[in-house]
Amino acid sequence: MVSAPPAAGEAARSRRAPGNRDSAGLGVAPAIGFLAPGLLLIGLFLIFPALWTIYIGLTNYTLTGATSVAPAFVGLGNFAEALNDALFGNALWLTLVYTIGSAVLGQNIVGFALAWVLRGARPALRRTIETFVLLSWILPTVVIAYLWIAVLDRDGGTLDLLLGSPGTAWLIEYPMASLIVFNTWHGTAFSMMLYSSALAAVPPSQLETARSVGASGWQTVRDVVFPHIRGHVLTNTLLISLWTANDFTPFLLTAGGPNHESELVPVFIYRQAISSGRLGYAAAISFLLLLVNLVVALVYLLLLRKRA
Amino acid sequence: MTSHEPRDRQPQPRVSTRVNSGKAVLRRTGYVAFMAAVLAFFAVPMLWLASAPFDSDPGLGLHWPDWTLSNWTATFEHPYALGSLVNSVVLCVVATAVTTVLATLAAYALSRVRIPGRDALLYLLLLLSSVVTGTAAMVPIFVMMFQLGLINSQYATGLVLAGGILPAAIFILKDFIDSVPRSYEESARVFGASPAQVLLHVVLPVARPGIATILVWAFVQAWGNFLLPFLLLRDIDAQPAAVLLNTMKDEGGSANLTVIPVFSLLYAVPVVVLYLFVSKRYGFRFHGGIKA
Repeated sequence: MVSAPPAAGEAARSRRAPGNRDSAGLGVAPAIGFLAPGLLLIGLFLIFPALWTIYIGLTNYTLTGATSVAPAFVGLGNFAEALNDALFGNALWLTLVYTIGSAVLGQNIVGFALAWVLRGARPALRRTIETFVLLSWILPTVVIAYLWIAVLDRDGGTLDLLLGSPGTAWLIEYPMASLIVFNTWHGTAFSMMLYSSALAAVPPSQLETARSVGASGWQTVRDVVFPHIRGHVLTNTLLISLWTANDFTPFLLTAGGPNHESELVPVFIYRQAISSGRLGYAAAISFLLLLVNLVVALVYLLLLRKRA
Repeated sequence: MTSHEPRDRQPQPRVSTRVNSGKAVLRRTGYVAFMAAVLAFFAVPMLWLASAPFDSDPGLGLHWPDWTLSNWTATFEHPYALGSLVNSVVLCVVATAVTTVLATLAAYALSRVRIPGRDALLYLLLLLSSVVTGTAAMVPIFVMMFQLGLINSQYATGLVLAGGILPAAIFILKDFIDSVPRSYEESARVFGASPAQVLLHVVLPVARPGIATILVWAFVQAWGNFLLPFLLLRDIDAQPAAVLLNTMKDEGGSANLTVIPVFSLLYAVPVVVLYLFVSKRYGFRFHGGIKA
């Protein structure tokens, strides 16, 4: 529901052997009492909704009209409809393009390049760049959306000024390319931080050896660094892909337009559910998204366990 | 560049010096160009936030401002702007307080007491925090709040936000408390402290950095969240800054360009301040866990 739990995965990896000493003398029953309110909230607002989506997705429940009062059970009807819905196919395809373009390639490559280059940079330069990269990650998304509207706008947007091409409405003429560049900018911080800490674990002696035999930067990365951080690349890619596929921020920039050209799955769900009021259909699509998330997350956990 | 310097200083065979220095210049130029490009890519969009709020003719593009503070007066006179910031504070305080208190209790119990099924529970939390995203759960959460008549309730929205942030918060904090030595608590017990005293006077002070991290993190998450308040708070009097700011775009018109930049800045400032505070105090990077 939120983006980027800071290094939850790293935390999982460093989990210590379970201590069995109840050092404050709390006792099992009070401990369960400590746990209960948190679990209750999680149950109410995460687990229950996730399960309820399945049920709503099997009905023709709507926001208004007769089926809002007495929804009927339609079985797998919504899923059958999704198969034939060109707009859903479009949303799936765009989400794939968006995820591969901005997360798998964009954030991964820029994040690693930054981590690699900033290693040796002067501290002041390093701090400056890191600050901007991190701010682009943690500023409120609505503000970030405005920053990029200002860059990409038709009426004197910054990019048009820089390129000397007034009147190009980037978000309308090239919506997907704009979103991919935008999300690379927005999400790179996580990959940069993860790769920075991963690179710190590469033995300096091996880098020194590579340098002394005259290996180029690219050769060093490929033959010396990559074998050490292979696991990090995989888990990083899984996490940022998951977040990107669930990202609602494109809605703030293009609202899915023009004419569905940037209608990613999250925006599609919103439009179906709230704009069109087709809650049952939107729930069925949400369930598919949940399933994809579950598969990705399970693979991620499996990898963590294997490494631990 | 520092990483390359040691090699440059080493004595090198005379023959290859010219070739190497040519390469070095090329490499140096490429390096500077890359750094400049990276800095421009990340900094240029943000400069708008520094110039447009003070410009007498704020446009969308970046240009050197004609300095004025009149936009600020216009923003303070906007009928909903300040109210929405108050709403953001209310929403955030509910979400952050609930998250921090419940996560601290749960994390302590999970860290110190051998509760049956603990490991499975931890994995479930980790799984939930990434699988059930706001996007995937928006329909059932909207329907649930709609049927309970809780649309437009700020407190309910704050609780929903807390529910979303909690799993990761518990996980991170549990990891932090694991690293706190048990011996403090045990010595306090030896001297006859009750479990309640141990928790309040020993555990809480020692775990404070971890709790502070969760506090800041939950606050930033709740402050910036757009989707949930956008779904659940339809009445403009209840909407936080995130939702109002987005509404201003749809109203269109040049009038709002005086308000949007200032309002964006006001709304972003708490996050920037918290970032500076955290990075100064703890450093903002991964070291195994959240501990930095």
